[in-house]
Amino acid sequence: MTWEPVIGIEVHVELATKSKMFCGCAVGFGADPNTNVCPVCLGLPGALPVPNRQAIEWIMAIGLALNCEVADRSVFHRKNYFYADLPKNYQISQFDIPVCHDGHLDITIDGEARRIGIERAHMEEDTGKSTHVGDGGRIHAATATLLDFNRSGVPLVEVVSKPDIRSAAEAREYAIELRSLVSELGVSDARLEEGSIRFDANISVRREGTEQLGTKVEIKNMNSFRSLERAIDFEITRQIEVLEAGGQLVQETRHWDEEAGITHPMRTKEGSSDYRYFTEPDLVPMVMGDAWVEEVRSGLPELPAARRARYIASGLDVDLAGVLSDSPKVLRDTYEDAVTDGASSRAAANWLTGEVTAWLRRTETDAGDFQLTGAQLAELIAIVDDGTVSSSAAKEVLEGVLDGEGEPRAVAEARDLVQISDTSTLEEAVDGALAANPDAVENYKAGETKVIGFLVGQVMRATQGKADPQLVNEMLREKLASLS
Amino acid sequence: MSLTDLTIVEAGERLRSGEVSSVELLEAALDVASRTEAQLHAYLTIDREGARAAAEAADAGLAAGDDRGPLLGIPIALKDNMCTRGLETTAASQILAGYEPPYDATVVSKLREAGAVIVGKTNLDEFAMGSSTENSAYGPSFNPWDIGRVPGGSSGGSAAAVAAGSAYGALGSDTGGSIRQPASLTGIVGLKPTYGTVSRYGLIAFASSLDQIGPLSKSVTDAALTLEAIWGHDPLDATSYAGEYPDLMSDLDRGVDGMRIGVVAEMAGEGYEPAVEQAVAGIVEKLSDAGAEIVEVSLPTVDIALSAYYLVAPAEASANLARFDGIRYGLRADGVTTEDLMAKTRAEGFGPEVTRRILLGTYALSAGYYDAFYGQAQRVRVALREEYATAYGKVDVLVSPTSPTVAFPVGAKVDDPLSMYLTDICTNPLNLVGHPGISVPVALDHQNLPIGFQVMAPALGEAAMFRAAAEVERLARFTARPELAEVVT
Repeated sequence: MTWEPVIGIEVHVELATKSKMFCGCAVGFGADPNTNVCPVCLGLPGALPVPNRQAIEWIMAIGLALNCEVADRSVFHRKNYFYADLPKNYQISQFDIPVCHDGHLDITIDGEARRIGIERAHMEEDTGKSTHVGDGGRIHAATATLLDFNRSGVPLVEVVSKPDIRSAAEAREYAIELRSLVSELGVSDARLEEGSIRFDANISVRREGTEQLGTKVEIKNMNSFRSLERAIDFEITRQIEVLEAGGQLVQETRHWDEEAGITHPMRTKEGSSDYRYFTEPDLVPMVMGDAWVEEVRSGLPELPAARRARYIASGLDVDLAGVLSDSPKVLRDTYEDAVTDGASSRAAANWLTGEVTAWLRRTETDAGDFQLTGAQLAELIAIVDDGTVSSSAAKEVLEGVLDGEGEPRAVAEARDLVQISDTSTLEEAVDGALAANPDAVENYKAGETKVIGFLVGQVMRATQGKADPQLVNEMLREKLASLS
Repeated sequence: MSLTDLTIVEAGERLRSGEVSSVELLEAALDVASRTEAQLHAYLTIDREGARAAAEAADAGLAAGDDRGPLLGIPIALKDNMCTRGLETTAASQILAGYEPPYDATVVSKLREAGAVIVGKTNLDEFAMGSSTENSAYGPSFNPWDIGRVPGGSSGGSAAAVAAGSAYGALGSDTGGSIRQPASLTGIVGLKPTYGTVSRYGLIAFASSLDQIGPLSKSVTDAALTLEAIWGHDPLDATSYAGEYPDLMSDLDRGVDGMRIGVVAEMAGEGYEPAVEQAVAGIVEKLSDAGAEIVEVSLPTVDIALSAYYLVAPAEASANLARFDGIRYGLRADGVTTEDLMAKTRAEGFGPEVTRRILLGTYALSAGYYDAFYGQAQRVRVALREEYATAYGKVDVLVSPTSPTVAFPVGAKVDDPLSMYLTDICTNPLNLVGHPGISVPVALDHQNLPIGFQVMAPALGEAAMFRAAAEVERLARFTARPELAEVVT
């Protein structure tokens, strides 16, 4: 009998609002420790929280993008636990009435669509940051702890999936899709390495075909999509091994050790099992209302899934649609403009995801700084199509355009890349090649038609590569046919 | 008559006529303080320098034509749970010994803006938890009418200062009666405004859904003009009321002719001193004679309000006081680990009553008990609100004693928390529903101890409340002042 993994993912998204969740302090990564702080986010006596309207709008946007219901009325709660980097020793969070609930996110895995349910998305404040000093930063043996409250009070959205995920690969795909969605919404930097998006996984296994859930283990500290996948795979295997050996699992939180490639039990926080949630009396209930929800909904950008579907409908295959959809916005805009200017969707997408992206990478140019208009790309594609330049010369033309040398046609001329497409001009070279290579002509006549390639090469050499090889090929065939 | 017997209104008149300066008003108050503090211990901190500078600035401003209104140049005392920038603020707790806030509470900014002179910070029960000021970590305050008795609490220091004359008015905070009860026990006026009308920003929280700042003063008019100076919407307090505020002054002299006044039936009987009941009944009769329609009103749920209060307030306090952990400010005990440091700091820093309430509140919020305790208490608040709403369908204001007893002897209730909690039985239902209430002194008992009369109104019903309270003040003709013996040093 096989085992079925049951996985739920909790995602913490730090919002990139100008100010913190409950005070006016700036939100930003990399400031000197304890510089973006005030009485409110330091938990000084008498200070009171005031909610950030932008953050509430952004969690609504995330919820709507995840097909969630937005509550008419939502309430903040206090989550009580003592920890040195939690200034008030309670976190303002949400309990039974989150801003968003009951949605879903569609992912594609091995070419098949899977719908992952979203339990809820709630609003909370981030904690400060503890750095343990001495003995390699491990908490047990640390000699001191440094506290930085810059992060304290940064708005945090927690998105909790339903336990609908069945493999590590699905979990990874879900995480990637969710990150791409929040970055598309422009509500978060969504950088894993800076911790502005963080993933925890709840994992259990059960016998395939059974309904009852197994003992759940939470795993933390996965800092990349790859480590999320590895950690889940490890944990699934570990759980199955324990169970098959007749052992029992304990409900616990485990820490992913990236280097060792294993999970190990975390020291449990004392008393953390009872957070004594109660309504935050310093805040009043938030009333969302249909008008506000609709205003947020109408401001949502096109989301990746919808965009991919649109690309596919316009003639791109699934892979190309995916790559283009994940490309920077400026490239996607250029794509739209080029297609409007008559370029074929496939050609435009290929150029942008291929040569243009490669050039950006090679020259280390920021996508926002490059200058290629949709009209220029359409013109480039047109001069390839009409034979003005060869496909390989077109790459040079593109470089010229990207280097600011001018419009594609002008660049082709200036760089002397225009193909010779005039039969009368080519006539001489074709005749010359035939005259200079009687053996080849004889062989062709004898049925060895492959030699035409050699003859084309001779013409190309004679024209310094500027002849249109297609045309040369046709002319040679005609002449050879008339010779026989 | 000494300067310190003046009301804020009277002092303001003399300031504007040039008869007296703000510096002279201050000197008179400081003089009273230096003669009485050894007996009363009303203050934890007196800011002589800051106050003198503010008084000089007020005098200069007035001379230059910059009249900022009724509080300009008036020496005012602040309960020591309101943050004052750079001036020690302790909430009468060891855990905040030496703590100097980096910012002013909104009420403090407003007082400074109005030109008031802040004399100092007054004593209180630690974190405002108590009814006698005996729970102060820095020692109790005493009642100017009888220094063997408590001044009430938790704003006992503010009450004693105003009653003795070491301030012309004061601010207190009222979570279950902590302004009104000490005002009653010291023969002055004390007012808890509608919840949300005075910003709590910078008030060291006890129970956030109940706490409200308000004035203590020698007259009803003084209370009204002080309230006008400190209330109003504050964007720094999310629970601050953002709508229209009532006009307090227009109806002050209107009298009660035609008003419907409800007497709360449950706030009498067992536990109420006869002198208190008689004094209240006497005023009710006079109100009737003055044209008010008197109605007896029953509010049966007030009998369980105290129980609900002692679940809600400690529950909120258990979270509000969690921040005092020795990590960022205040007292820090030595500890082997961070947890150890926090635990020891809190064990050393909090007094027994605060510890009791934190434990009570933590328990009431615990998994498995939440619904039976905190949840049930919240349902009582809803029921109470409905009961008051029904009552206010029939009457304009409600009246009762402020406290069932006069000031009790120091030490009489310290070992019996329940009997101490019962002294707030008439006041704490209003905190649960968020309504305003005011205590007006009406009589002295046979021991020469003051008795307070409480007028209550629905939320934002301050205009009607002040109208009735001003008439109570006129009818009672209470002009007595405590006589303080000179301290021979």
